Amino acid sequence: MEIICCIKQVPATDTVRFDPEKGTLIREGIVAEINPYDLFALEAAVQLRESYGGRVTVLSMGPPQAEEAIREAISRGADGGILLSDRAFAGSDTLATSYILKKAIEKIGSWDVVLCGKQTTDGDTAQVGPGLAARLGCTCITCVEAIERMEDGRFRVRRRLEEGTYTLEADSPLVITIEMGANSPRVPSLKGKMRAKKAEIPIFTKEDIGAEDEMIGLAGSPTSVDSTYVPEFKGTHEMIQGTPAEQVDALLKIFREAGV
Amino acid sequence: MASVNYFLTEEQQMIKELARQIAREKIIPQRAELDEKEEFPWSIMKDLAQADLFGLFVPEEYGGLGGGCMDICVALEELAYGCIAVTTTYAASALGSYPIQLFGTEEQKKKYLPPIATGEKFAAFGLTEVNAGSDAAAIQTTAVEDGDYWVLNGSKQWITTGGEAEIYTIIALTDKHKGPRGASAFIVEKGDPGFTFGKKERKMGLRASTTRELFFTDCRIPKDRLLGRRGLGFIIAMKTLDLARPGIGAMGVGLSQAALDEAVNHARKRIQFGAPIISFQAIQHMLANMATEIEASRALVYAVARTIDAGEKDIQKLSAMAKLFPTDVAMKVTTDAVQILGGYGYMKDYPVEKMMRDAKVLQIYEGTNQILRNVIGQSLNKEYSKR
Repeated sequence: MEIICCIKQVPATDTVRFDPEKGTLIREGIVAEINPYDLFALEAAVQLRESYGGRVTVLSMGPPQAEEAIREAISRGADGGILLSDRAFAGSDTLATSYILKKAIEKIGSWDVVLCGKQTTDGDTAQVGPGLAARLGCTCITCVEAIERMEDGRFRVRRRLEEGTYTLEADSPLVITIEMGANSPRVPSLKGKMRAKKAEIPIFTKEDIGAEDEMIGLAGSPTSVDSTYVPEFKGTHEMIQGTPAEQVDALLKIFREAGV
Repeated sequence: MASVNYFLTEEQQMIKELARQIAREKIIPQRAELDEKEEFPWSIMKDLAQADLFGLFVPEEYGGLGGGCMDICVALEELAYGCIAVTTTYAASALGSYPIQLFGTEEQKKKYLPPIATGEKFAAFGLTEVNAGSDAAAIQTTAVEDGDYWVLNGSKQWITTGGEAEIYTIIALTDKHKGPRGASAFIVEKGDPGFTFGKKERKMGLRASTTRELFFTDCRIPKDRLLGRRGLGFIIAMKTLDLARPGIGAMGVGLSQAALDEAVNHARKRIQFGAPIISFQAIQHMLANMATEIEASRALVYAVARTIDAGEKDIQKLSAMAKLFPTDVAMKVTTDAVQILGGYGYMKDYPVEKMMRDAKVLQIYEGTNQILRNVIGQSLNKEYSKR
């Protein structure tokens, strides 16, 4: 089974700081990591390969340093990876990103399933997976926590939503987005780390995948960021004294006055 | 942060990063609960196996990665930063495998080492008995030849991973009257007839590691389970411990470093008399001693491990030193860490009280630190008599 796993390098959440004046991210001192959701997608991909054979290819779009994320994915069990990197890709929103990923997947050629994390911790849109499926013209199942392949080659997946859990079946090819906590992502292995160090990571540019200029980068991105700001957290607190009954009464009074 | 350059190889740097990642992601989040519940760390052992770490101490021809003493010390130090109970379970499998690696026949190595290298099976080492600890020669477990079998009778006490391990290397008397040549080493498998386990011991520290008594009641094992030759038992035991002791020192270093990190972080945050307590010299001097002694420990462990990897055979004194100093430092550093955290340090909500409880065992197991001083002293006497 040919499995493609899309990952993104994001700023490690615990190192992120904002410049409150400019409302922008302070880039210095930020550690990059694989988007936490994508680790669950990668583990699901590696488990699929372990159960049914095949190959896991990691696909990531980003600046040249995103190669580190691909190497880490290899140390965590992927067979290989491709970096999509080109200055012309810069500024791509989710629409342009899903187009670039689609062009890359078409260049790879044969594939059975694409796994993505449900969303990223930086953009938080959860649009790229479904967008990619639409562009590939295939089924998309989101928020998945378990995947199995049946004897007839169809996939059976379990999808976790707020109202309950769905079990769905679908033909390949398909795109699946994986929910946080779907599995327990493995740590890298020593042999994997050694393989990752030696691995050749091909870089696909705009020309390699035959992407059209007006579809990528800022030109291909209808979304534009008007302004950003850092929300101010202005909390106050008040200690309520008295017996538990008195405290409850006092609290209710405060709520009522505040119109809660 | 200014740190000493120990010129680790690229592989050692990789091992260090990997073991550190496992300590941070898998061990630290679970250690308090495992300690509280005295629970064997099955899931973490699976992580270590998946990370190929059990292969580190097994030669390549038997499915391992063929790491040297230094490689193993680097891994143990980083894992011990997370929890030495978990790390002991890992290290015990190395200890139990060493007699097979050092003295096993080709058949024995081919049969027993590959599943140890994958982490599918754990090994354990059995020397200590009720009446034989520091005085190893006082063991009473016997092995008697009976046709194509050896028949073992007796018991072993405080055996790490006892019950959970599948492969045991056991020292038993084969010729009571031959003194130092009177014991032999055997491989005993879980499930061998007449081989049973006692209850799980309840301990002050190291609580996630399983410790049990082993019982041999007319335990019949095939002839080919003898390791090396008849009469080599004590030599096998001593060579095994010589090889393992720097690793215990490395665990002392990792544990001490964890305690120092907790102590410094607390001292920087804790305000008393209007200032962080790290601004007081009383605290600074304690931290300075801790940091300096930890670095000295680390340097000693690495230097001895590299000496072993360079092929030095006469390692008894050096490996005793590499266990003695870092583990005494670990006891002192963890105790001081509790002192610096004060009341917080004494509470189970903070990790240092566990570190202090755990540290104590490092001075006791794999040769008490008093016995190690004997070993070093006797080596000095021998060395100087030849001058």
